[in-house]
Amino acid sequence: MPTEDGTPAADEMIEVDLRNPAVAAVWAWVCPGAGHIYQRRYSKGILFMVCILATWFFGLSLGGGHVVYASWKKNDHRWQYFCQLGVGTPALPAIVQSQRAKKGQEPLMDGWMAPPRNVANYETPEDELSQWHLEYHSFFELGTLYTMIAGLLNVLVIYDAYAGPMVIISEEESDKPPPDNQDDS
Amino acid sequence: MIDLLAFVADTNRLWYALPLVVSVSLVYGATRHELMGPILNNAFRAAVWIGGFMSIIFAVLMLISWAV
Repeated sequence: MPTEDGTPAADEMIEVDLRNPAVAAVWAWVCPGAGHIYQRRYSKGILFMVCILATWFFGLSLGGGHVVYASWKKNDHRWQYFCQLGVGTPALPAIVQSQRAKKGQEPLMDGWMAPPRNVANYETPEDELSQWHLEYHSFFELGTLYTMIAGLLNVLVIYDAYAGPMVIISEEESDKPPPDNQDDS
Repeated sequence: MIDLLAFVADTNRLWYALPLVVSVSLVYGATRHELMGPILNNAFRAAVWIGGFMSIIFAVLMLISWAV
């Protein structure tokens, strides 16, 4: 942000070496913060990694590992997974579990990130999704929210790895003509 | 007394917002600056802003719930 006298703040004058921005963006999606570590922006990389992964795993634990799953069937369109997928690799086991469920195979890892069974029998004792809601109460929604926000935050981080910090220019600053034009006139 | 206990139990859940506010503020601040000083400064201001906004919404919802 510019200071009051119009000069840029100290950190805006730093030249950021983004190395290969596309590779950094892919790394940032694969693991939050990894893109920044690839660019040797270590402190920011560690900050992003700690914040996003802590939010993600805290949310996942609130819902007993069931709040992240991939499903698109009747009575259970899990649109939240598209937001959760922003966090990258940590969300991918849900796709493996979903594929296994489609083939009729038993879920791996004690049903962790596996889609619920028997959701067609809505609100019956066989409906696993209803059972999860009953067991975890509001923590199921809270865990879903935490993991969704972690995924969406990582979208910001991917952008930061690709393009560098987003500096907001105030309206007054943006209305001013560029210095080169002033010299020409 | 029971109402008071129910109110305390409900407000305790608000503590779950705290780690989320901290995380969102830090990530938001870090996407706008490169050095740790300005990042923390921006994160603090963002956290205050989010906390203030949430408090206003909380107060409005409480008033509505009491009024209805």
